[in-house]
Amino acid sequence: MRRVFPPACSILPTLRRFLAGLSFDNYAALGSDRLYLAAYLKSLEVAAFSTLMLLALGYPFAYAMARAPRRLQAMLVMLVVLPFWTSFLIRVYAWINILQRDGLFNQMLLALGIVEEPVGWLSTNTAVYIGIVYSYFPFMVLPLYAALEKIEVSLHEAAADLGAPPWKAFWRITVPLSRPGIVAGSLLCFIPIVGEFVIPDLLGGSATLMIGQTLWTEFFANRDWPIASAVAVVLLCLLIVPILIYQHRQAREIEQGG
Amino acid sequence: MVERAQPIKPRLGPKRDFAPWADPAASPLVRFERVAKRFGAISAVGRLSLDIFAGEFFALLGPSGCGKTTLLRLLAGFETPDEGRILLEGADLAGMPPYRRPTNMMFQSYALFPHLSVERNIAFGLEQERMPKPQIAARVEEMLALVKLEGFARRKPDRLSGGERQRVALARALAKRPKALLLDEPMAALDKKLRAETQFELIELQAKLGTTFVIVTHDQEEAMILADRMAVMERGRIVQVGTPAEIYEQPSSRYVADFVGDVNLLEGRLTATGASESLVHGNGGVQLRIAQPVDAAPGALVWVALRPEKVRIGLERPTEARENALAGTVVDVGYLGNLSVYKVRLDDGALMTATLSNRTRLVERTIGWNDRVWLSWPPEAAIVLTR
Repeated sequence: MRRVFPPACSILPTLRRFLAGLSFDNYAALGSDRLYLAAYLKSLEVAAFSTLMLLALGYPFAYAMARAPRRLQAMLVMLVVLPFWTSFLIRVYAWINILQRDGLFNQMLLALGIVEEPVGWLSTNTAVYIGIVYSYFPFMVLPLYAALEKIEVSLHEAAADLGAPPWKAFWRITVPLSRPGIVAGSLLCFIPIVGEFVIPDLLGGSATLMIGQTLWTEFFANRDWPIASAVAVVLLCLLIVPILIYQHRQAREIEQGG
Repeated sequence: MVERAQPIKPRLGPKRDFAPWADPAASPLVRFERVAKRFGAISAVGRLSLDIFAGEFFALLGPSGCGKTTLLRLLAGFETPDEGRILLEGADLAGMPPYRRPTNMMFQSYALFPHLSVERNIAFGLEQERMPKPQIAARVEEMLALVKLEGFARRKPDRLSGGERQRVALARALAKRPKALLLDEPMAALDKKLRAETQFELIELQAKLGTTFVIVTHDQEEAMILADRMAVMERGRIVQVGTPAEIYEQPSSRYVADFVGDVNLLEGRLTATGASESLVHGNGGVQLRIAQPVDAAPGALVWVALRPEKVRIGLERPTEARENALAGTVVDVGYLGNLSVYKVRLDDGALMTATLSNRTRLVERTIGWNDRVWLSWPPEAAIVLTR
């Protein structure tokens, strides 16, 4: 059987027509409407803050895991991975349940006497942060644990032997040696959080309009695919920047070492 | 590659008559006082007492699991004793964390910080003391020169050979001028030739610096080469402390005699003991003469310990009357180049080993397999062990 190709003479005009139809109008539209800029900035802000929170919570957790007795470590890793056995969507819906006015969270706060009456958590920034930190916790903990677990105990002992009290040994030995884990965990969280759609859509309100929701609206509500693809391409370019910085640093490190 | 010739230097001058342990007025640098340490149900160190003097090169020798490393870690502060006290210059170290102790440790794995260069590794301990920067730089340079690693300052540990890494670890541990340097199996990771070179370098270094070195090793040869004195350990206890020569020539028990060097042990009953001579009735029915009094009653079960190099082997029965002589058949001959090892089955069934130094080039063996031979030794060559 022969495949039929269109003759070359018919490809060129098609291509020319296609190229003539391309323009940067939609990118210009992104700049003209403040809504898009606000959504991008909000996304970056939410991603940056949640990554910091994840790091602050994940590091001590991963450190404790790495220092736990060997037989316990496998079980702790299991516990961190366990939520993946349930659908992500179901887990976020579960948080709606927990955070609603008569939900578990409010009941606990009331019982402890921290609040006088139930608080409306849903549709707030707080709910979005809770949802993100919960969902991305394993992505932060596992790379950190992998890096921390590789650090030999004798290095801590050597630091102590040479006169470094525990906090100093931690700062000068443990933190620098776990840097690959810090960078990997942070990127693994930061990048998908910037484009996160489900969590802000379900837990957040109008105050947390992130770029993922904007993208969804353009594609499916407004059906404006050209502007939607412009939004997506700009998002991609934004995310390439931290990756390039990271790769550049790594390359330089290898050069220095080798 | 050019093989560097390693001159074998004798002990440097000041160490010749060095014996503070023999001076009753001397006070020890380190004193273990009835120290005990248990891990769960296992007793790692059992009520052990030991004195180590300033300037000594002291070896803790024993098989793996005998508690020698635990003893070192107790001194460094990584473990706390369950019982007893550890004194440094008379002061109790209890409650003092490792980072305050004036001792430094060279780890078996070297434990170099992989993210720091050689010079930063060596400077690490000095930075903790808040030593001024120019002084740190000078000390680092001095240490690099001491271990002959000039020019390696900026390298990262992963770009060093095993021997170089070992010397960085040594320089790092010595940089703070510790009162005692603790070495945990420092040469376990080196190949045999490099180990021999390093051993002599270590002896020189110790004599030059005068720092007290405490080394843990399972290699009896290493302990004997390096140490001024050594302690032989068995299951958390010290079974004998002494100079290498004392341990080798006057072992206190069969365990020590067997662990330090090769030994022939002949079982027998003590028949008579006097001030200068004892008689042992060997299992083969032969009376053995030993030039030493024995602290046991006649009739007691004893062992005659005899080093293989002190045994003569011949085809004729020796004529000297005081000489001990046993007949047997050669069952194995080992040629090691510098030595020949003969395994002889005695007529009573026991196996004895004799080594002969090959002083002349071996052209034809005079004694071989299945030859009837006489093993003989003078009464001064062997000792009697009661345990």
